[in-house]
Amino acid sequence: MSELLIEMKGLTRKFKRDSVEISVLRGIDLQISEGDFISLMGPSGSGKSTLLNIIAGIDRPSGGELRVLDADILSMSEDQLATWRNRHVGFVFQHFNLIPVLTAFGNVELPLLLTHLSRKERREHVLKALELVGLSDRADHYPRQLSGGQEQRVAIARAIITDPTFILADEPTGDLDAESAEEVMKVLAGLNKDEHFRKTIILVTHDPRAAAFATTRFYLDKGVLVEHPRVPA
Amino acid sequence: MKIPIRYNLGSLWARRTSTLMAVLGIGFTVAILVTMMALVQGLDSTFVETGQENQLIVIRQGSQNEVNSYFSRELFPTVKFLPGVAKGQDGEPLIVGDNVVIINHERLDGHASNLMVRGTSVSGLALRPEAKLVQGRWFNRGLREICASQSLSKRFRNLALGDTIHFARSDWKVVGVFEAGGTAYDSEVWADYEEICQDWDRPSYSSVLLRAENAAAAQDIRKRIADDRRINLQAVSQKKYYADQTNTSVGIKALGYFIAVILGVGASFAAMNMMYGAVMTRSKEVATLRAIGFRKRNILGSFMMESVILGLAGGILGCLMALPLHGISSATANFQTFSEVLFNFRITPAIMMRGLLYSALVAVLGGYLPARRAARAKLIDIMR
Repeated sequence: MSELLIEMKGLTRKFKRDSVEISVLRGIDLQISEGDFISLMGPSGSGKSTLLNIIAGIDRPSGGELRVLDADILSMSEDQLATWRNRHVGFVFQHFNLIPVLTAFGNVELPLLLTHLSRKERREHVLKALELVGLSDRADHYPRQLSGGQEQRVAIARAIITDPTFILADEPTGDLDAESAEEVMKVLAGLNKDEHFRKTIILVTHDPRAAAFATTRFYLDKGVLVEHPRVPA
Repeated sequence: MKIPIRYNLGSLWARRTSTLMAVLGIGFTVAILVTMMALVQGLDSTFVETGQENQLIVIRQGSQNEVNSYFSRELFPTVKFLPGVAKGQDGEPLIVGDNVVIINHERLDGHASNLMVRGTSVSGLALRPEAKLVQGRWFNRGLREICASQSLSKRFRNLALGDTIHFARSDWKVVGVFEAGGTAYDSEVWADYEEICQDWDRPSYSSVLLRAENAAAAQDIRKRIADDRRINLQAVSQKKYYADQTNTSVGIKALGYFIAVILGVGASFAAMNMMYGAVMTRSKEVATLRAIGFRKRNILGSFMMESVILGLAGGILGCLMALPLHGISSATANFQTFSEVLFNFRITPAIMMRGLLYSALVAVLGGYLPARRAARAKLIDIMR
């Protein structure tokens, strides 16, 4: 029986825009277990990234209950959340968000700088992660020297380097061509399926081909979550 | 530092134009500060390094210096034979009486300036070992001959070896040039005491310089002179006498630091402007670092470190810009003696260290607000 990692009950999120209150999330109930690979699809402004940010502790809900890894992250301070994220959350962003002045090695190493690993240990971990995503020969390359797909794979290496509990991927193929997108999704899927890793992945995407890699699909529309989405034409 | 310094170095290099502007701004400010400190150091050294241990200058009671001191020749033997005055190899007391006058003479640049002429005795040279002849010979008694310091001979007209200048009522020939190791004597012309007295029609002393046998004897001589109301003189340690003249530099020091503060404020704003630009263009990087797990204080520390690096780069540049001035001679007015005092700019390691600390401070002051902004921005806002 897989461990329950994320549990939401009646989660809401409202924003105020020019004194008008907008409900982005309306009563979300969601349970994510260890080893799940979940995709969240929906039109722009449907609240997908908002939901992801709430799970990561970057945003706070307006109402409802949320437990992530059996911790009440809503009562954590910013510093506690930062430490918690470093340990449990790996991020993959749409625009890769690599630090341009650091090499692939330097970018992947960043999360490890917050641990107590020695320089030698960090180096071993980083090279292993880069090997996993097929980029061990690009360790000394800067982001500008990599293709879009390669940059995203470096970002994935960075996301998994601390062996986080789950990976949050926000439109990871949004800036990639079809071939690179497939490459990246295969890496993510591999991290989920491989017995050795079994990473829990929550994927936000517009791309049905990317969503197809997930084992469970949700659809978010007008703030309401539906587990079995109608597949867009 | 959790965030590696190579991130800061890389970021500064990536925006190298604005980095360079900020570095230059800080650099020029530091160069000016270091130059001012070198000027003050040079001036102070000129006085502080003049004088020997256990030597006393005797001047009139109430006078601040030799120039406004004068007393009768009859008092000389009273001082000469005080117990405790050291004796030379010839058995004679080590003591010399001087008559100091001020002349106005033309510099090589065409402007006139006051010069101190010391009527003294060659026999008193033992009390002034700082002075060493580099050309010609010392002046002879009974002749209108002068010896000029090398620094003065390079700065003023007709003070080179063999030249003749006119002052008071006579022509005086330059028979020797001496070098005094950057001390106050480098701002003087020396002549025979009796000749100066005659030409100025002033048969008196401005001061007497003597050597005591030891520190205790010096103290005793000072007390005897102070207690003898008949002679109305005061004895001051020669080192202290010249050290007290460093207040010539007080005004320059104050002006220098004032200018440095004003410029520093400007340089801080330059650094602040540059760092605000850096923070704005790197908001996504900051968001990424925060999302990864770096804390606000890590972000603050990183941007502050970047400011410090910027400041130190400016500081190093400023020190390098000022360094060519080291050893260069210049002159200013000694407001105690109303004569020109020569000095060399002195840039010491301590001065450069102060310049670097100043540059780091300027950059830190300029970088704090942008760094705080970067650290305190709400993560959700910068991720949108």
